[in-house]
Amino acid sequence: MLSAMYRKRGDGEQPFPIVRVTCNQWHEAMNLHEYQGKQLFADYGLPVSRNFAVDSPEDAVEACKKIGGEQWVVKAQVHAGGRGKAGGVKLIKSPEEAGAFAEQWLGENLVTFQTDDVGQPVSRILVEDCTDIASELYLGAVVDRTTRRVVFMASTEGGVEIETVADETPEKILKAEIDPLVGAQPYQARELAFSLGLEGAQIKQFTKILLGLSRLFHDKDLALLEINPLVITGEGNLHCLDAKVGLDGNALYRHPDLQAMRDPSQEDEREADAAKWELNYVALDGNIGCMVNGAGLAMGTMDIVNLNGGSPANFLDVGGGATKERVAEAFKIILSDDSVQAVLVNIFGGIVRCDMIAEGIIGAVEEVDVNVPVVVRLEGNNAELGTEKLAASGLNIIAATSLTDAAEQVVNAAEGK
Amino acid sequence: MSILIDNSTKVICQGFTGGQGTFHSEQAIAYGTRMVGGVTPGKGGQEHLGLPVFNTVKEAVQETGAEASVIYVPAPFCKDSIIEAAKAGIRLIVCITEGIPTLDMLDAKVKCDELGVTLIGPNCPGVITPGESKIGIMPGHIHQPGKVGIISRSGTLTYEAVKQTTDHGFGQSTCVGIGGDPIPGSSFIDMLALFENDPKTEAIVMIGEIGGTAEEEASAYIKEHVSKPVVSYIAGVTAPPGKRMGHAGAIIAGGKGTADEKFAALEGAGVKTVRSLAHIGDALKEMTGW
Repeated sequence: MLSAMYRKRGDGEQPFPIVRVTCNQWHEAMNLHEYQGKQLFADYGLPVSRNFAVDSPEDAVEACKKIGGEQWVVKAQVHAGGRGKAGGVKLIKSPEEAGAFAEQWLGENLVTFQTDDVGQPVSRILVEDCTDIASELYLGAVVDRTTRRVVFMASTEGGVEIETVADETPEKILKAEIDPLVGAQPYQARELAFSLGLEGAQIKQFTKILLGLSRLFHDKDLALLEINPLVITGEGNLHCLDAKVGLDGNALYRHPDLQAMRDPSQEDEREADAAKWELNYVALDGNIGCMVNGAGLAMGTMDIVNLNGGSPANFLDVGGGATKERVAEAFKIILSDDSVQAVLVNIFGGIVRCDMIAEGIIGAVEEVDVNVPVVVRLEGNNAELGTEKLAASGLNIIAATSLTDAAEQVVNAAEGK
Repeated sequence: MSILIDNSTKVICQGFTGGQGTFHSEQAIAYGTRMVGGVTPGKGGQEHLGLPVFNTVKEAVQETGAEASVIYVPAPFCKDSIIEAAKAGIRLIVCITEGIPTLDMLDAKVKCDELGVTLIGPNCPGVITPGESKIGIMPGHIHQPGKVGIISRSGTLTYEAVKQTTDHGFGQSTCVGIGGDPIPGSSFIDMLALFENDPKTEAIVMIGEIGGTAEEEASAYIKEHVSKPVVSYIAGVTAPPGKRMGHAGAIIAGGKGTADEKFAALEGAGVKTVRSLAHIGDALKEMTGW
């Protein structure tokens, strides 16, 4: 299964530096809901609509009344884009319609082109003031690997998929690199603002927004920030209509306020389970479970299974300090996927001893009641001793002599040969 | 010759008296690395593993003449440790720690560049010149002094390449793990330049993975500046787009950074690529005629 809740992004080509947008996966990174992002925006003095995030139809009706006016926008809160087309965003003309919208979506899953077929559960609805839109811009920021800088991107082509803009008309994406030691400077915002065709008071408004976002990015250790669209209202003022915020998971330890914003319902359950054991797990579509030490070797193992005509059921890195308990948990997680028909264990014992790993595997196979063939390839420290232990265990464990042999054996085993 | 380190390189360890620092310093000393001391604030004046402990890197450099430092301190303190070492006159910093906040690395990298300091890592196995000096967590015993330079973004994949070059009898000049993070201290290009100029290195193995454009940039560099044979493997052909595969840097964004694109770029630069990581040694043999 592939969760596509992380937005796939494109890049500009010449003449601008290439910006890579890292999509954030929850273990290392975490995404915020729009309403949470807008709270942060408001804290940093950015113009956002008056809004309430509600979790009942009654509160949705009440929110409209508190906001006042005659038109409102209601938005289902999920970690995925493409909500509008999926019916998750609606312009309404009475508080009762807000109640009906909340009734319709709360507790349901919203399926968009960025989610899988199951969709993401809706547990909150954002009710906000309706904004009169004259035109739509785009403003975003990411950490760019090539320039090793936080890079802001702005475009006059707001409101549409920025990936499409980047692919088709890269010259329409303007960029500003931020010096890590001095931070964003007003001139950088002015350069972008004039290039975007802004004028009069909008120049100052844009400068205030960009400097605020830059402070937010640095203060809160963001990985990704996007306002799409940043609109010019009928009165000619800039206004943040959406808020997409991704956080750097490695920095979450120093942001308890952001940790409290985590919504586990938006995350993959098995991946979350794995993380509790410091295992790195990603579910895939195939039938061969893989348990490997090291992220690079785990990918390399998936590739070699694939080369031999098999299909990996998962990516799983048990890490350097693989203990018996973690190996057992890894087996449980791999086998919780019903499509797994054989398991390949590939361990290169650098510092860790293979005979210890073998004991872990034997213990796990006994404890977890593994009923599919297990192929084990041990290499490195005490590999031979480890292989002997596996052979002497009397369990249904196939010891492979090399990586290629292991891949061939596990593919055959999965096919019932 | 070799690159970055040899048997004369004086090395200190930051986070010396901690669990990781102690274990890997013991291993390094046993391997023959010229360890000259370590730093643990508050434990200055003590002795650990038969070596002096200092409160600050500055003091350690003054007293021992250390040129290289290996960092095992926890992630939240790494930015501070890297900048402390760079400011104290260390010329090579090897940071093993994983999980350092990205914005911390942006700052640390700027300071290292400003001071002309080479930073390897973070989130890497380190650097080894077989038979001479080992700075990091790689198993020394699989290595063999020789003629292949190895550069990799992944620890265990490096070990696979090392084992194959050892099994074929080629050995390694120096092996560098540049780390799996999005913002590494040194790039493939930095290391390719060193290997190209190192007389002891006769061929280069470059192991990349999906995500980012480091391999594509390296391809362009190889085409222009590298005369030595290069063999390359890219991990992650089977990785789905948009998902992070363990390493923070290993993610394909917007159809860019895929293994196929990287293979194509490398092949365009005259690099011999292998689709199976088990074929690295064979490909080297084929390409060099050894």
